[in-house]
Parts: sequence; C-alpha cells; structure tokens
Amino acid sequence: MADSMQHDRAAILDKEAPIAISISVDDPSLDHHEALPLAGRSAVPFFTPGVIVLSILAAAGLAVLAARLFFGLEAVTNFNDQYPWGIWIGIDVASGVALAAGGFTMAFIAHVMNNEKYHVLVRPALLTAAIGYTFVGLGVAIDLGRYYNIWHVMVPSMWQGNSALFEVGMCVMIYLTVLYIEFLPIVCERFIGRVNLPGVLGRLNGFLDGLLRILDKTLARVMTFFIIAGVVLSCAHQSSLGTLMAIAPSKLHPLWHTPVLPLLFLLSAFAVGLAMAIFESVLASRSFKRPIEMHVLSPLARMVPLLLTVYFAAKVIDLVNRDAWRFLFEANFRALMFWIEVGVGVVIPTFLFLSHRLRRHPVWLFTSAAMIVFGVVLNRFNVFVTGYTPPYGEGRYFPAWTEVMLTVGMISLIVVLYRIWVFVFPVLPAEEEVEHA
Amino acid sequence: MVSRRDFLKITGTAAGTAALTAVGAEASAPHPKLDPDRLGVLTDTTLCIGCRRCEWACAEQNDLPHGDLESFGDTSVFDEMRRPHRDSYTVVNRYSPAPGSDKPLDVKVQCLHCEHPACVSACIVAALEKSPRGPVVYDAWKCIGCRYCMIACPFQIPAYEYQDPLTPRVMKCTMCAERTLDEGRPPACVEMCPPEALVFGRRSELLELAHRRIAENPGRYHPEVLGEKITGGTSWLMLTDRPPAEIDIPDLPDESPAVITETIQHGIFKGFTGPLMMFGILSILMKSSSDKRKEDDNG
Repeated sequence: MADSMQHDRAAILDKEAPIAISISVDDPSLDHHEALPLAGRSAVPFFTPGVIVLSILAAAGLAVLAARLFFGLEAVTNFNDQYPWGIWIGIDVASGVALAAGGFTMAFIAHVMNNEKYHVLVRPALLTAAIGYTFVGLGVAIDLGRYYNIWHVMVPSMWQGNSALFEVGMCVMIYLTVLYIEFLPIVCERFIGRVNLPGVLGRLNGFLDGLLRILDKTLARVMTFFIIAGVVLSCAHQSSLGTLMAIAPSKLHPLWHTPVLPLLFLLSAFAVGLAMAIFESVLASRSFKRPIEMHVLSPLARMVPLLLTVYFAAKVIDLVNRDAWRFLFEANFRALMFWIEVGVGVVIPTFLFLSHRLRRHPVWLFTSAAMIVFGVVLNRFNVFVTGYTPPYGEGRYFPAWTEVMLTVGMISLIVVLYRIWVFVFPVLPAEEEVEHA
Repeated sequence: MVSRRDFLKITGTAAGTAALTAVGAEASAPHPKLDPDRLGVLTDTTLCIGCRRCEWACAEQNDLPHGDLESFGDTSVFDEMRRPHRDSYTVVNRYSPAPGSDKPLDVKVQCLHCEHPACVSACIVAALEKSPRGPVVYDAWKCIGCRYCMIACPFQIPAYEYQDPLTPRVMKCTMCAERTLDEGRPPACVEMCPPEALVFGRRSELLELAHRRIAENPGRYHPEVLGEKITGGTSWLMLTDRPPAEIDIPDLPDESPAVITETIQHGIFKGFTGPLMMFGILSILMKSSSDKRKEDDNG
C-alpha cells in the first residue's frame, strides 16, 4: 500500500521532470516492514549448547591474541623469513574478504538490478559483510608487526600507489565505512519511536528520536550513492587481492601464478557471493528453527552455474595460455590441491546447481553452496599458502596450533556476533512473510 | 528541469570524483629517476678468501649481535648454507672448487639493491625506498610490519624480528647508506675486505671493471656480470666462476616482478577512469531497472 503510493508519487515526479539525470530510486531501505529483530519472536533461545561452545572457542582465540600482543609473533606463529605470511593472511584475511562478497553481490542483484524478490537476502548479506570485513581489518592488524602504525596507510605523504596492498588497504577501509553507513538505516529503524533511556536520561528520548529520524531521512536520500560505491569498491579490492601475489612470479607455483590473478579473484568472488548468501541463509534458518527461504534461494541458485562456468573457463584458458596445464599431471601435493579446488569447488557444484530438481532440494542446495565456499577458501589458501614456494626453504611452513586457535576463535566470534545482531536488529524477514510466500 | 535534490547528488558525485582523481594523481607519481652516477658494489667471488671479516664489520657497523673478530675465523659455519638473518645482514657461503681447481668458491650474500626493487614497489607506506643514488633504504618508523616486501623479494633477502612484540623491524643490508650517501665512504664490509674482493664505486664504472676482468681473464670467469640485467638490474654486481644457478641464485628474468603488478595497478586505477566508468554504468543500470519496475507496477 505505502509502496504503491510511493511509486505513484515517483511516477508523477518523473512526468514533471522527464530529462532529470537523477540516479535516485525509491528509498533503498524499503525492505523496512519485511524484517524484524528475532528477540521476543524466536522459536529458539539465544543461548544454546552450540552458542556456548562457540563462545568458549572465541575466548580461546582472544587468549592467543593476548599472547601475540605480549610475547610477539614468534611466540604464537610459525612465520619465518621464508614464509612471512601464514594462515592468518590466507584464511582470516584473503578468504574473509572473498566470503564477505555476499554483501556486494546481493546489493547488485537486489538494488542495482532492482530485483525485489531478493530484498529479504540483502540485510543478512549486509550484516555478514559488515561483521566479516570488521574481522578482516582485525585479522590484518593482528598479523602486522607494528599494528599501531596502521593509520600510516591514510597519511598522504606515505601513500604508495604502486603497491597492490595499498590499494587493498584503502579500498577495504573505505568499503568498511560504506558498509557501516549501509547498515545505519537498520539501526535507525530499530530505535525510531522506541528510544527509551532510563531515569533522568529519559528527557533526551524525544530529542534522540528526532535525531534518528533526521539521520534516517538523510541516509535514504544518499543511500543510492553508497550502494553503488560499495559495489565499485568491492570489485576493486576483490581483484586487487589477487594482484598481491602477482608480484611473486618466481615464488608462487605456476598453477596459481598468473598476471590475470586479479580477474580470477573477481570472478570467483561473484560466484562465492551468491553461494555464501545461500549457505548462510540455510544455516540461519536451521539454527533459528525457521522455514528455509527456498522461494528465493532456488532462483538465486539458478544464476550460479553461469558465474562458475565463466570462472572455470577463465582458469582453463589461462592455464593453457601459459602452458601451465602440464603441472596438473604431476604427482605431488600442490597438483592434488589444485584438483580438489577446481573439482570439488567449481566443477561438481556447477552441475549440481544446473539441476532444477536439486536446486529445489534444501540439502542439495546447501551442499552445493558449501562446496563453492570450500572451493574459494581453498583457492585463497593455495594462492597465499600452499602454492607459495620460496627459493630457499628451511622446511615447509605448517601453522602453529595457536595460529589455528586464533583463526577458529575469530570465526566463532563472527558467528556469535551475527546471532547477537539478528536478535537485536531487524535483519531477518518477519516470519509471516516467509510462510506467506 | 533538474530538481534541487538531483543537483545536490550530481555536485556531490562530482566533488567525490575530483577528490578521488586527486588521490589517483598523487598515488601514481612516477619512480624517482635513477642518478646516472649512482653507487654500487662489485663482489668478485673468485678473489674472496672466506675470512668472513665482512660479516664482522657489518655487524659492528649496524649494531647487530656479534662475537669478536677472531670468532669469525671459524670455518665450520661453511658446513651448511646460511641465509641473511635478523642478526646478520650478510653471510658468506662456501661452494666446492670448480673442476680443475682446488680453491673453493666463497660467495657473499646480501641485499643486491635492485634497480627496480619489488620490495619498494610492494611497500604499502613507502618505508622501503630506492635512493636515486643506489641503496634501497628502510625507514622503520613508517613501517607497519605487513612483510609484503618479504613476499615480493625474488632473492628472499629481507628478514624479520618476529621475536619482538612491540617494535619489530625488517632487517636487510642498507649498503651502509649513512656512510655511502651521507659521508661518501665505502660500506663497512668493503672497507674491511682484505683481498679487495669487494669494490665500491659508481655502478657504471664497476660494470666496466667487471667486463674488463672477464675480457682479460676469460677462463677465470663465467661470462656474465650478475646484476647487470637480472630483474631489471641490481646496484650490487657479482663476478663468479660458474653459472648463477650453481651458487643458488634463482633463475630470474631480466624484468623486475614489480612490472607485472605496477602494470595491473596503473592499468586499472590510472586517473580512476575504470572505477568511475563502472560507477557511471551501475548508476545507469540502477536508474533504468528502477524505471522499468515502476512501469511494470503501473502497467
């Protein structure tokens, strides 16, 4: 009802100004009445045995972080002069960025292409991206020897435009800000008309409510800019993350080193963005005992085979072009890793997602999406860790148990934070919407 | 007619564009031109006697932990191949004599100070810089400790102080920049070298000297000055009696690896044309898809 009125108004405005070069659309936060906080309406309590286990793992990870701060990198990692980067860069940072791609791919499909059906998936994807990128930044900081100097990247006199890492760093910082701005309307929506401070602070309620309303209106006007900026920034740094390792042609194994590494990273980010949206939607539905949103997930899955095929084709053409395909048939660990990455992560899920029947089957849908997620994580891991072959090795790098514990702890913390946010803020669609559809 | 709201949007976008373009121009400033008289060092490995006094002089000069000069006479360290380390910017390794000779080949290893250094190109905050006069120098104050320079270096030279929780540094030879650049004196290792296996001077003159030695004594040398061309050339040059691969120098092309990433970076981000075009295309897409939806809704 309110929607159609808005459309009419927009149509009238358009008639009055037929040549307006405006890029405005209807209020992009229009998914308003579709989402509600889980608190008070959830079929499951906040604390479950799983959440308690995750919280313990998160605490263990934070303990490793404390050890890193007090005793240094050598005390908790197996990094050395041959292998300066380990799983913290390969998984926490590189895979973290890739798996947060759901944020910009869903923003593109739902907002830029105005595909209203997928609006229910935008907020969960946005939340995952916002938390994910926060932890990418945290992951980088933990890995930095002089983490307290991270602000140097923002000082113009120290800018270094030749560095792919500079591009990644700048883009990630700006994109993280954009993600927070994109999330603000959800915070406004949660508190407008509900500001209720205790005691004497209660006098500020009306004032704060007014501020929130102004903020909300302002955001609605400028959101289009941030949505498009978010997509552009994402494409830029998803690809630049691949450019990083292009600087080491003599060290990165030829199965992975290619000047088109940025293109391969970007293409795989597109595919894994959709896969992650499916993966986390099913997980969240299971965890919160809600019906799985098959009515949007199945059509979304239809787009995946095309994206995977483009990625696969680019990878094959590149291997043939560089004459690197012969390394595929060497009997060694790296060749095996490549086969698993492409076989399990790209080829098999392409066929699974091609099947109309399997796309409509929750278990198969979830399995296929999980395979793509696994494949992209393995790809990033291969590019940054397994494929890295320094000329003078003193034995191979194998992560210390503390490195693994920190990574596991951070992932657990992400899951717990996601749960907190969907309980407090209107992220997941209202139950009746789901059942109605 | 353009409404006020649209006008604000357009001007906002334009302002953003201008700011980003300014950033682009700043960030893609070209390399400092290399001084034609830039400095360098020539190592003639065939003259080296493996006394390791250069290692002592280096440690002394750079405040690295070390024993007294006599302790460096210990040749048992040659039993294994060593690499530069956070405690030693330079090490000497011993290789068995060439066929028909009884003198082993001792090879000094240290940063080669590339002419187009990958570490400098990689550095996110320009903590590593190529002085136009030769040395690749490091500013620990700027460094954020990302260690991307260590990934980038094709010779695997930089070491890191992983044990230091608060102020770890990237550790590598500086060609004694404070001596060579500021005082015009040779690096500590060169000054110390008893058989004059190390020569300090203008790179162009060292290159001539190296080619002259090869021409005058073709049987003694491998007919290539290492560092003349490898990865775009290095300021530190080497003469050897055998192919570089036999003294564990990686087989590298004549082009710096930094060319690959710099080409990609500047190809995509020069003047921010690519990202801005993408912004424009997405804006048009978003506008037309929203128009289409309105038509669908109305019709």
